[in-house]
Amino acid sequence: MMQYYTDLILILDSTVRLAVPLLLACLAGLYSERSGIVDIGLEGKLLGSAFGAATVAAVTGSAWLGLLAGIGVALCFSAVHGLASINLKGDQTISGVALNFLAAGLTTFLGQSWFHRGGMTPQLGNGERFTPITLPFAPQLADVPIIGGLYSELISGHNIITYFAFIAVPLTAFILFKTRFGLRLRAVGENPKALDTAGMSVTRLRYQALVITAILVGIGGTYLSVAQSSGFNNNMSAGRGYIALAALIFAKWRPWPALLVCLLFGFLDALQFRLQGIDFPLIGQVPVQAIQVLPYLLTIILLAGFIGRAVAPKASGQPYTKER
Amino acid sequence: MSARAPLPRWADVALLPVLNVVLAFLIGGLIVLAVGQNPLQAVGVMLYGAFGYGAGVGYTLYYTTDFIFAGLAVALAYHAGMFNIGGEGQAYIGGLGVILVALALNGLHWALMFPLMILFGALFGAFWAYIPGVLQAKRGSHIVITTILFNFIATSVMSYIITRILKPEGVNSDESAPIEAISRIPRLGEFFSYFGRSPANLSVLVAVLALVLCYWLIWHSKFGYAMRALGQNPTAARYAGISGTRMIIITMALCGALAGMVAVNNVGGVQGRLILNFVNGAGFVGIAVAFMGRGHPIGVALSALLFGALYQGGQELAFSMPGITKEMIVTIQALVILFTGAMGDMLRIPLMRLFDRRATAGGQ
Repeated sequence: MMQYYTDLILILDSTVRLAVPLLLACLAGLYSERSGIVDIGLEGKLLGSAFGAATVAAVTGSAWLGLLAGIGVALCFSAVHGLASINLKGDQTISGVALNFLAAGLTTFLGQSWFHRGGMTPQLGNGERFTPITLPFAPQLADVPIIGGLYSELISGHNIITYFAFIAVPLTAFILFKTRFGLRLRAVGENPKALDTAGMSVTRLRYQALVITAILVGIGGTYLSVAQSSGFNNNMSAGRGYIALAALIFAKWRPWPALLVCLLFGFLDALQFRLQGIDFPLIGQVPVQAIQVLPYLLTIILLAGFIGRAVAPKASGQPYTKER
Repeated sequence: MSARAPLPRWADVALLPVLNVVLAFLIGGLIVLAVGQNPLQAVGVMLYGAFGYGAGVGYTLYYTTDFIFAGLAVALAYHAGMFNIGGEGQAYIGGLGVILVALALNGLHWALMFPLMILFGALFGAFWAYIPGVLQAKRGSHIVITTILFNFIATSVMSYIITRILKPEGVNSDESAPIEAISRIPRLGEFFSYFGRSPANLSVLVAVLALVLCYWLIWHSKFGYAMRALGQNPTAARYAGISGTRMIIITMALCGALAGMVAVNNVGGVQGRLILNFVNGAGFVGIAVAFMGRGHPIGVALSALLFGALYQGGQELAFSMPGITKEMIVTIQALVILFTGAMGDMLRIPLMRLFDRRATAGGQ
């Protein structure tokens, strides 16, 4: 019995670790999409900021400067996305796709040119990373049955970005539903004209949303290379930006459900590692691919309207043209 | 603000796209310059690698073949107002159709096998695009998201099928059993020694045929007219009695079939077996090709050739200028999508201003 409990705690622990980048990217996408800007480019921003963060952390030896660089890269990407989709009224999806390729190409190209390690950045030492934080009394409580494992394994021992990601959920819920800015943000994604008529700048609001998006996804990218791993690998975002987008749809563009869905997708990811090589009675081994495919399948079933309906913000994807 | 005259047709069709592509390459050149390499030297190496000798030309043609199919798979959907990001997955699944028919009838002469591989590649590819098409048409799920998701599902499904089912005993690499030499699509080098041992094969003729067929379909058929009407104004199309549901589903299936041809070129011709991840991004290059070619088959052919040359030249680059990796090509690809697709109209206003000024100066 105790063994199963320990196993469960361990799986949940890796669930949390795997969910963090998804959650940050998902919340990032939430701001942008709520303001009416579709952001397929989350994947590229995640990858680009992971590279920026690892590079600067390796060169300066500071994880915090790495974090700044990660956010900086995401801001640059957001700026291009904004220029294309807000000012030039171009197609937001195409711009996002372009940014994803840009990140994939540039990170490897620049990484190889600068570090000559096949696209990888130099290995980061412990001082140059965001390392686990031991919460007060965690070691002392470790032996207490039930809550000991829960507290010292699952709740304690994560890095600062993980805690930030979980705080970002209520924060986002508050900003979105309880502040004037949040109200305007939601309105600009549903009916930009109404805001324009009320004398507010649609352009300004959408850029503000893109800035918040960049900060969150920049932190998410930094988590990948400077907290979870110790350095940048080729294509290390590995589709997480797209999964985050799927999670966002699954959560119907709301912060609390976003947390749940990201944890669910993280759990599936964790399970996939755990189940490798384990034989089940009757069904035998579960192929890794069957679990890998679950988040995508679930999202498609949801999108098809078989389990509730996911309705995007009304004005999403449409550039706003002021009447003259 | 006075209304400006629209751009002359030649400027709209040719000048603007060319300027956008030039802009993309200029920025690419600046990036190469920024890491301390000489972009002009790189262009020279790439040109030689792509066109300088027979085998090089053959490789360029091989890549071009892939990119024509992938580009058409995006372009056709775009005419109907859809963005098909799923070419990659559709080509991958198409590979399953090709290898299944090839292995079932292994040993059949290629003249009979070739059309069968085309048929099955098309059917399987079409199936993988048909589902997102139905989901878009009947359930309103956004085609962009579903095709992205279907790419991932294709990756998982195919990796299971290849590693667990198709991989023969005692083989280490993740690939299916080989197709016998007699059943494989012949290389151009077997007819013209000029192409040497390069992978270009008869699929290139299928690509040319596909271009012609797509041109006819888009501009000279009733179906194409309905497709373009739907793409430009869905409401008007509905009032004209065009069934959006039917058009979306058929168009997507056609796109999938075109993407499936990438598999014919690779599985049936070049590799002669189904290899894990054989599509290797060709489906995504199709996006750049389609936007750069403005969805017109001639444009698609030209931009596929440009990207074919870039990919082949990029391989050459890796040998002679180790400072520039082939990922620079992906960067160029991204810049091309950005400038011709998302920011395509950035230079339109300045150009209009320029033409206006010339017109008034000429009038005085």
